[in-house]
Amino acid sequence: MLSLQSATVRFGKRTALDAVDLAVADHRIVCLLGPSGSGKSTLLRAVAGLQPMDGGRVLLAGQDQSGVPVHRRGLGLMFQDHQLFPHRDVGANVAFGLQMHGVGRAETGRRVRDLLELVGLPGAERRAVAALSGGEQQRVALARALAPRPKLLMLDEPLGQLDRSLRERLVVELRTLFQELGTTVLAVTHDQGEAFALADRVVVMRDGRIAQEGSPLDVWQRPASAFVARFLGFDNVTGATVTGRAAATAWGKVPVPEGSPQGEADLLVRPAGVLIGAPEDGLRCTVGVRTFRGNHVTVRLTPENAPVLEAECALRDTPDEGAVVGVRFDAAETVVLAAE
Amino acid sequence: MAVAGPEVEPGAKTAEAARTRRGPGRRGAALRLGLMAVPVAFFGLFFAYPVTAIVGRGLKAGGDWQFGRIGDVLARPDILDVLWFTTWQALASTALTLLIALPGAYVFARFDFPGKQLLRAVVTVPFVLPTVVVGTAFLALLGRGGLLDELWGVRLDTTVWAILLAHVFFNYAVVVRTVGGLWSQLDPRQEEAARVLGAGRFAAFRRVTLPALGPAVAAAALMVFLFTFTSFGVVQILGGPAYSTLEVEIYRQTAQLLDLPTAAVLTLVQFAAVGAILAVHAATVRRRERALKLVDPDLTSRRPRGPGQWALLGGVLLTALLLILLPLGVLVERSFDGADGAAGSGGYGLGYYRALQSAGSGGSSTFLVPPLEAVGNSLRYALVATLIALVVGGLAAAALTRRAGRLVRGFDALLMLPLGVSAVTVGFGFLITLDEPPLDLRTSWILVPLAQALVGVPFVVRTMLPVLRAVDDRLREAAAVLGASPLRAWREVDLPMVRRAVLVAAGFAFAVSLGEFGATVFIARPDNPTLPVAVARLLGRSGELNYGQAMALSTILMLVCAVSLLLLERIRTDRSGEF
Repeated sequence: MLSLQSATVRFGKRTALDAVDLAVADHRIVCLLGPSGSGKSTLLRAVAGLQPMDGGRVLLAGQDQSGVPVHRRGLGLMFQDHQLFPHRDVGANVAFGLQMHGVGRAETGRRVRDLLELVGLPGAERRAVAALSGGEQQRVALARALAPRPKLLMLDEPLGQLDRSLRERLVVELRTLFQELGTTVLAVTHDQGEAFALADRVVVMRDGRIAQEGSPLDVWQRPASAFVARFLGFDNVTGATVTGRAAATAWGKVPVPEGSPQGEADLLVRPAGVLIGAPEDGLRCTVGVRTFRGNHVTVRLTPENAPVLEAECALRDTPDEGAVVGVRFDAAETVVLAAE
Repeated sequence: MAVAGPEVEPGAKTAEAARTRRGPGRRGAALRLGLMAVPVAFFGLFFAYPVTAIVGRGLKAGGDWQFGRIGDVLARPDILDVLWFTTWQALASTALTLLIALPGAYVFARFDFPGKQLLRAVVTVPFVLPTVVVGTAFLALLGRGGLLDELWGVRLDTTVWAILLAHVFFNYAVVVRTVGGLWSQLDPRQEEAARVLGAGRFAAFRRVTLPALGPAVAAAALMVFLFTFTSFGVVQILGGPAYSTLEVEIYRQTAQLLDLPTAAVLTLVQFAAVGAILAVHAATVRRRERALKLVDPDLTSRRPRGPGQWALLGGVLLTALLLILLPLGVLVERSFDGADGAAGSGGYGLGYYRALQSAGSGGSSTFLVPPLEAVGNSLRYALVATLIALVVGGLAAAALTRRAGRLVRGFDALLMLPLGVSAVTVGFGFLITLDEPPLDLRTSWILVPLAQALVGVPFVVRTMLPVLRAVDDRLREAAAVLGASPLRAWREVDLPMVRRAVLVAAGFAFAVSLGEFGATVFIARPDNPTLPVAVARLLGRSGELNYGQAMALSTILMLVCAVSLLLLERIRTDRSGEF
């Protein structure tokens, strides 16, 4: 459906997109993930034709889009803060794209009604957009973007401004909806959870380049670099020298899976792989702040003369704050990362 | 998104980059040029050409430019006096207008009170009155035998105060409408947010509201300064021989002394001064203009609360009463003074109005047609002029809204120049340049609306531009992604959101067209006079009957303006539900 070939955008001396190659297959949901300023939104804008490119090509269904103005690309784009037209009511907002495509009045009315039903706002046609809550605005924006049946729907931080519980619910709704409709989606987010829940494929971006690309499971299980690991929320990353099935690190010897790359590398230990035991048993650490996460607890551990470790443990096994414990590592939960 | 404006430095573009950018980039530039073509052609043909021709006549001798004349004229002490007086009275008038009108702008923007619409129309009336009439009305108020003289023996007509007050009278509406229009659309919650963050009432105003109003205040101040800098009728009548502005001097040199070279030099000086002011203004405004969050004005106004706010409202109403209604009242009173048109017969009557219906009334008439026909002429001309101004100004504003390079910014300032150039020069220029094929318009009725539109366009641009620029660019992008072409996006997004500004702009254009005098007096045909021209012709004749008829006709002009403006305000509120 969509293919970018060495897409490049520069703002003055800064390169926002650096020769990015990316392909999005039909009916797939792809999430662009990355810290702010990594070029995700610029990529969306370049695809939409809102941002002129300094190099490279955008192809939609095999067609080169250079020279095709925004309004002829047949895309859908949901803006970060929705950008509903304040002077039009809900129905007129959703109908906008249909009117632009010359859809008849009766047909427009029917499609608007169907779409509002689809997004869970039946009969809201006459409401003023100013009177809508954040979640409702988001739904209207979605209905508006879907109305002209775009080849590719792009979402720019679609849930960014909503509160957490609403966001979690909507992510599930969105994924179900897109799967039902068979929509091809390219979404931008900085929230890993959102990307994980929404996407078939995840693309992690850094400084205008793609740092890693793969299925959500792939990316979480095997982050490509220390940057990706840290961005995904893993803090137990340290330099290591791998020899055989063990790595020498600031935390002492850590076992690694069989077949790991040898030599100098970064090592990731997932919190679940940090096993807490008796103080004389392994690396001595002092227990710090504990964070309850529903069915488990995250514990910050401070070893002597080594970086802080994060461990995950079951509720009943949680040590007291200030206690001294010993730490061992589980080879199955460690990943040797490619050196940067 | 807090990303700084994605402006690409020209130097950073490689040849390859330039190639791939071609598509949308060229299209954008072409669109901008297309939008600008009509305004540029309009100003080239009907402004630059006539004015250059006139200046050429003054400064050319035997085909050679005589630039030495500029130095000669500028060295004359009497000319230096004129320059100095022109500048300082304009500064003083602007400051005084802002001081008196800004509270008015606030009251009109934020308070609801009975008769608000009527009052808004009433304060706009002075702006459309012929300057000659304004001068006469103030003479009747402040001069010998005037109201103040009768009551307290106070006379101001020989002092600069009369000029300043008349200028405030004249320009009050400029500030109230330009600043108040934007003010009414600023979200009061912005100020509330500042208050919650610990700002006092004044600090919140100074740090939140004032910066947002900045461009509008600057725009209004600029207009007032331009009008007072080029003030003509008011100064001529109230200033007497002691005070003379550049425009008065240009008129004197052209029409009385027939000294075209001096007039040409003064025209150039005025042109240069105005150009400089506009350049400074453009620079300051550009730095401060930004996207504002505009809201429905109906949501921002409410009834005043507490003694302070009632006192403010009372003060503004009292000011409007004394400053605007009083002179207008004196004018109306005089139009009825004298029953049955008999000079000095005492009592009140409709005599002067009846006299307007016949062409040869009183044997002293200079009209080929009944003066009353001027009403129809004026309305027709003003309507056409408004349409021209809206099209030309609307296209220009649309072109200027798009982020663009230096060329377009210069164009922005250029659009304002007609306000600063002597109307006398423009009118005279029309006569000597548009009189041969292919542009022989001398006998065409369109000449008058064209000249009037020239002064209307800057109003349209100035009123629409701040609002257009305040429309979030991403709304246009949203429309584009949904399939709207740039033109369609403008029509569907910009236009509805600025409809209010368009109507205000139309009102201004209509009003200045209706009141335009300096240029029209040169080009209106004798059998088709406009109202201000007819008034001036009557005032130019001696005799109580002519004077009374002038007052009556001025009253009619005033009423026509008031009714049109009231209609406009009515349309405005009817449609505001869509916002």
